[in-house]
Amino acid sequence: MRKHCRRRIEGLVLACALFAVLPVCFLIAGSFMGEGELTLQLGGILGQGEDYAKLFLFPLYPTLRAYVEILLDTPEFFVMFWNTGKITLGILCGQMLFGIPAAWGLARYSFPLKKTVIWLYIALMLMPFQVLMLSDYLVLKELNLLDSHLGLIFQGAFSTFPVFLMYRFFAGIPEEIVEAGRLDGAGAWGLFFHIGLPLGKSGIFSAMVLGIPESWNMIEQPLAFLKTKSLWPLSILLPEIEEGSVGFAFAVSVLTFLPVFLVFLNGEEYLEQGIEASHVKKEEVRG
Amino acid sequence: MKKKKNWTGVLWILPSLSGVLLFYCIPWLDVFRRAFARSTGQGFAGLENFRKLFQNEAFLLASKNTLRFILICIPVLLAGSLALAVLIQRCRYGAWYKWMLLLPMALPAVSTALIWKLLFHRYGLLNAVLERMGLPVNNWLNSSAAFWILVFSYLWRNSGYHVILWLAGLKQIDSSIYEAARIDGAGEFRIFRSMTLPNLKQVFATAAVLSMLNSFKVFREAYLVAGNYPHDSMYMMQHLFNNWFRILALDKMSAASVLLSIVILSFLGILYKVWGKEMG
Repeated sequence: MRKHCRRRIEGLVLACALFAVLPVCFLIAGSFMGEGELTLQLGGILGQGEDYAKLFLFPLYPTLRAYVEILLDTPEFFVMFWNTGKITLGILCGQMLFGIPAAWGLARYSFPLKKTVIWLYIALMLMPFQVLMLSDYLVLKELNLLDSHLGLIFQGAFSTFPVFLMYRFFAGIPEEIVEAGRLDGAGAWGLFFHIGLPLGKSGIFSAMVLGIPESWNMIEQPLAFLKTKSLWPLSILLPEIEEGSVGFAFAVSVLTFLPVFLVFLNGEEYLEQGIEASHVKKEEVRG
Repeated sequence: MKKKKNWTGVLWILPSLSGVLLFYCIPWLDVFRRAFARSTGQGFAGLENFRKLFQNEAFLLASKNTLRFILICIPVLLAGSLALAVLIQRCRYGAWYKWMLLLPMALPAVSTALIWKLLFHRYGLLNAVLERMGLPVNNWLNSSAAFWILVFSYLWRNSGYHVILWLAGLKQIDSSIYEAARIDGAGEFRIFRSMTLPNLKQVFATAAVLSMLNSFKVFREAYLVAGNYPHDSMYMMQHLFNNWFRILALDKMSAASVLLSIVILSFLGILYKVWGKEMG
């Protein structure tokens, strides 16, 4: 009887999991369909006739037409892709450059007002974009960074969530190890490079894996701060494409998703560690 | 170096802190000032801006919808993901399921929006199924059901993250207490209620706060599916901010920002209570 019950649980969870990935399959299938098949399947949605859409998971007549069209005939796509890549890379580098030392300093040093700084970071990390939207706008305007990638990059780079996350990992390094390093004569830099970075590595990767989709799929910020269309990232361009051709929209969706998917695929372990680290245990006592 | 308090540690955080102060903190304080200033940004207006806010129909609608959204979504998400986490623990292919549940997190909101449009369109998949079953069809995105599409979207995207959080909490519970309870003849449900749940209090606080934070991100799908002025039922605080932003209604925006900040800071207070000892 126990075995029977176990199987039912397995089935139920599997159903939920399949439900989660179904839309992804739908997208991929659609991206390999020709315009003709899409019209047949999606009928009424495209404004042609009164037929209901049909659920599809495989293309009947697979074609790479949409991809060819994007990759060969749409130079705009590469501009947008590059915009997205530039913003994401810039934010990531900034987060690491400023965030790693900050997390290390907060985790391993004592100084006046440290607690205040930590809680300030937590408070800012919890603020939704909308609360800070106006202040963000005013400061970018003041610094002449409106309508530029640099403005978005600066704001993303100083986002406090990655600092908090890495702080949790650095704080978890046992004090004895740091102590031993110091006895071996390592200076402040030595401790950071030879103990902090290697042992806090998973924290750094976690922050990256959680941060990449955030900047790659960013919508609110470019919508508010970028006016010039040629600067737009893929994430806000897509709705415009959709009007023109659904097949195209499917393929762009898949191509946009692909890089983040690869990051997920390779960094799943860090992703999990990162999520787990945002949970703070009370029993955890630091030395 | 941890024991003695001195200023050397500050050097490590200085670059980051100055950026945070410049880009977030100081402008944020400026918004607090503006909330009590006249619409030109000068002169003291007292609570005038707040009074205007509470007479603004759009603000009242958006607050009502956002509150309703949070009150429905967060309990459902927390309970649902906890149930899933408990079940996944008992699954042989648990690692696979976790991974599949996390996938929606990576999907760009634009792709999700595209799918939602196909699903909930007048001639979309949902209506196709309903019609076959002889049930009434609906133009979902332009009806009061639009709100529920957002709820669905939120649950779909965030359940994986929360399952991992709960699993982290479940992992920490010493399994020997379960053994003891089983020997004493306690049933599965009884064990869950009186041993598992009390041990999950801390994760609960974290999960609640993070789920609220993420609830603001449904705006992405809402905006991409329905634009600046969606059906009334899914006109959220985020739409309102966005629309005020486009006309630069600085006074109303600052006042609303301040109100929202206060709500979030009170949540932070709860977090401080739960995390306080460890983060000190």
